[in-house]
Amino acid sequence: MTTPSPNKIHRTEAVVEINNLSKSFDNQPVLNDVCLQLFKGENLVVLGKSGSGKSVLIKCIVRLLNPDGGSIHVLGQDITSVNRDELNDLRKKIGFLFQSGALYDSMTVKQNMEFHLKRIKKNLTKKEIKEKIAEVLENVGLPEALNKMPAQLSGGMRKRISLARTIVVDPQIMLYDEPTTGLDPVTSDEISTLINQVQEKYKTSSIIITHDIACARTNANRVVMLQNGKIYMEGSIEMFEKSEDAIIKPFFI
Amino acid sequence: MKKFTPVIKARGFATQQSKRLSEKTLKKSQVASIFFAEVADVFLFITVLIKETFSRDFEFKEFFRQCFHIGYKSLPLVSVTGAIMGLVLTIQSRPVLVDFGAVSLLPGMVTVSIIREMGPVITALICAGKVGSGMGAELGSMKVTEQIEAMEVSSINPMRYLVVTRVLAATLMIPILILYADALGILGGWAGANIKGNVSFVLFFSQAFASISFVDFLPAVAKSFFFGAVIGLVGCYKGYNAGRGTASVGVAANSAVVLASLLVIVIDLIAVQISDMIL
Ligand SMILES: Nc1ncnc2c1ncn2[C@@H]1O[C@H](COP(=O)(O)OP(=O)(O)OP(=O)(O)O)[C@@H](O)[C@H]1O
Ligand SMILES: [Mg+2]
Repeated sequence: MTTPSPNKIHRTEAVVEINNLSKSFDNQPVLNDVCLQLFKGENLVVLGKSGSGKSVLIKCIVRLLNPDGGSIHVLGQDITSVNRDELNDLRKKIGFLFQSGALYDSMTVKQNMEFHLKRIKKNLTKKEIKEKIAEVLENVGLPEALNKMPAQLSGGMRKRISLARTIVVDPQIMLYDEPTTGLDPVTSDEISTLINQVQEKYKTSSIIITHDIACARTNANRVVMLQNGKIYMEGSIEMFEKSEDAIIKPFFI
Repeated sequence: MKKFTPVIKARGFATQQSKRLSEKTLKKSQVASIFFAEVADVFLFITVLIKETFSRDFEFKEFFRQCFHIGYKSLPLVSVTGAIMGLVLTIQSRPVLVDFGAVSLLPGMVTVSIIREMGPVITALICAGKVGSGMGAELGSMKVTEQIEAMEVSSINPMRYLVVTRVLAATLMIPILILYADALGILGGWAGANIKGNVSFVLFFSQAFASISFVDFLPAVAKSFFFGAVIGLVGCYKGYNAGRGTASVGVAANSAVVLASLLVIVIDLIAVQISDMIL
């Protein structure tokens, strides 16, 4: 297992900067004045109870949801005021792993990956596309799934394929929504290591939402805890593990 | 700087605005405001759709795939309904015409009714059921399982890739299916005429074609395009705007069929009025 090395992170350069973000659904506040920064090259783990708004938070970053208040800057640009072309250019640099996988049911695994790759990296040759897909599938440990339909895959396999589909386009910023949930410990560990390798190799900055403490231990440079729509605690994984707080402790048993 | 509102969110946005408005005013107006938000939403959907239709990167591959899907896959259903439609129409009309001693008018009468009315409307209703519900369910489930969001987040325009292709394919293929059903209907009519009588194929068809004119044909073809467009549009709109949770996939498919069928009938009414006025 590789261990994260916090000293490599440039604490000064924030690739994602969230200020006073709030979002509510039907007058039900989900996020309330959240301030958060993701620094370049960093793996930030977000913990929080189910329904605490973790998925909503990262959906606001890519503007799948419009924030009610506050500002979000991604790579220096204010995501709420960019025009459509600028938004698309930003989105090309962000990889988003959906909690549900969100594989296209009507396409094979290969087509799923090509669909994104061909549209985001327009100047790749057929051979390069083929090699890239093979390489990434190898990385997630499923080279044999190339021509299968998503319906033929198990839940965990689907998760790995959607991870493959996300990293195949080499994004600068990765947003992982529960990458290891529902996987067996061995695969989980492989995925955690893979996330780490992606960070090292492509110098990505990532936000990782997870309940899986093993995954957090492998990857976290920094951890934040979301509770009642606010950042409840922020610090290193060791700090969290030592914490006697009633809300934090149950996560680390 | 131009502000961009994604279409999926636009719906929520419009509803939110109207909700805020209604809180200030009387509660009674809430129903009305939700209705108007929906209307505004449909309007926005169509505006974006038209804009995307004329954008640079048209998804030809997906368009042809949809044409194949809508056209070819509906052939058996449309064939059977078309043929039976002609057959039944002939069998039903024959006794009346025999009473009046006008049985020689049978081919012409059947052909005119099929081309002007029966063919387009019945085929469109069948397609509203098959194509409209298919689109509602497919896009609805893509929405619910976040596949549409996955496209958006990868800067692929789902409106362009999914909706434009489907609406255009429906607008193109449904008129073709209607013409095909017309042809099979007339063939069915000939078969029906031969159950009790004895009409040769050549005689039946020469009488059939002698009785139809351009004036019968043109409005029927024109309204077919509108049927196709409305079926595609309603199916996509309902699917694209499905709510959260799997139950909304069923709701989307169901309401797509209901609304598309209703609109087909309404368009037919309007088309009849217009062609009556002009021709
Ligand atoms: N599009 C939406 N419309 C209405 N409510 C929503 C929407 N998205 C999320 N919510 C609500 O926001 C709250 C937070 O949801 P979210 O999916 O962010 O939780 P989460 O922290 O990711 O939980 P989990 O760990 O279970 O995934 C929930 O109460 C949910 O009902
Ligand atoms: Mg979630």
